[in-house]
Amino acid sequence: MSIQINGQQKDVPAGLSVTQLIAHEMIKQPLMVSVEYNGDILDREAFETTVVKDGDAVEFLYFMGGGS
Amino acid sequence: MALNDDQIERYMRHLSLVEIGGKGQQKLMNASVLVIGAGGLGSPAAYYLTAAGIGRIGLVDGDVVDRSNLQRQILHTTPDIGRPKVESAKEKLNALNPDVEIETHLLFLDHTNILDLVKRYDFVLDCTDGFPIKFLINDACVLADKPFSHAGILRWDGQVLTCIPSRSATYRCVFREQPPPGAIPTCAEAGILGAMAGTIGTIQATEAVKYFLGKGDLLENRLLVYDSMRMRMRTVNVKRDPRWAVGAPHPDIHELAPLGQEPACELKKR
Repeated sequence: MSIQINGQQKDVPAGLSVTQLIAHEMIKQPLMVSVEYNGDILDREAFETTVVKDGDAVEFLYFMGGGS
Repeated sequence: MALNDDQIERYMRHLSLVEIGGKGQQKLMNASVLVIGAGGLGSPAAYYLTAAGIGRIGLVDGDVVDRSNLQRQILHTTPDIGRPKVESAKEKLNALNPDVEIETHLLFLDHTNILDLVKRYDFVLDCTDGFPIKFLINDACVLADKPFSHAGILRWDGQVLTCIPSRSATYRCVFREQPPPGAIPTCAEAGILGAMAGTIGTIQATEAVKYFLGKGDLLENRLLVYDSMRMRMRTVNVKRDPRWAVGAPHPDIHELAPLGQEPACELKKR
């Protein structure tokens, strides 16, 4: 199935949870990202239970703590 | 207060812009900005805000200049090593534009001193390093109802979000709570491209100027994400916390917690 990840259309296996999608996208740890799912920030507790569907839009927003 | 001859010459390229002109320049000259952190983001931001003729700029930093800062913190030079960053910065900024009042705050911010400081300025720039201080700035600006520019950088990447607590998404609306210590590397651990920090700090200064002019589109409800390695810049639409109505007090932020000790359990329940 096809979903949008960070603005780019991508084919991913069907039935993945957000937690599994994070692994599939080779993001080393879920704590590194805030996830926006179809326009809304997803509670961290919902990563496991949210299953992405064809046509969804997912944004992985990376924590960046630097500045000095 | 009209512009004098020297100021007309100095700000000529601003005066030529229809969006600024004499009126806009005077708005900038009557404005005040608090720049928290005189490092990789604060250096370019404070330089451009000073050059732009912002009336009063506060610089906060408790640190001294280290040789490893000089790869990106362009306010400081080799002879400044060992000097307080705010002193080194004030010297350069005064030389650039003596019209601008530079106030130095040689201290590290915490929950006891940040609120009084942000209240004294019109706009705040988060140019700091580390999540505890970034979340503290967010919460202080929410409590003080103070517009601020959030920025974060890491390696080749950076991001910026302009937050106006009375109406738009803030940093915490998007990132919710601090990652556990050690989960995300800091600049010191991960490295940082100096010029990329310069780009991001310059965008923060641009946002402050536009805020005062009341012109254009701010990075409000849009997180700007910059990937300098692939040379891509995009904005991601973000929303204010749905539980936080415009004009209402924040549902979780009622007082400031000591640095790094925010009530995570309370904030987790969303």
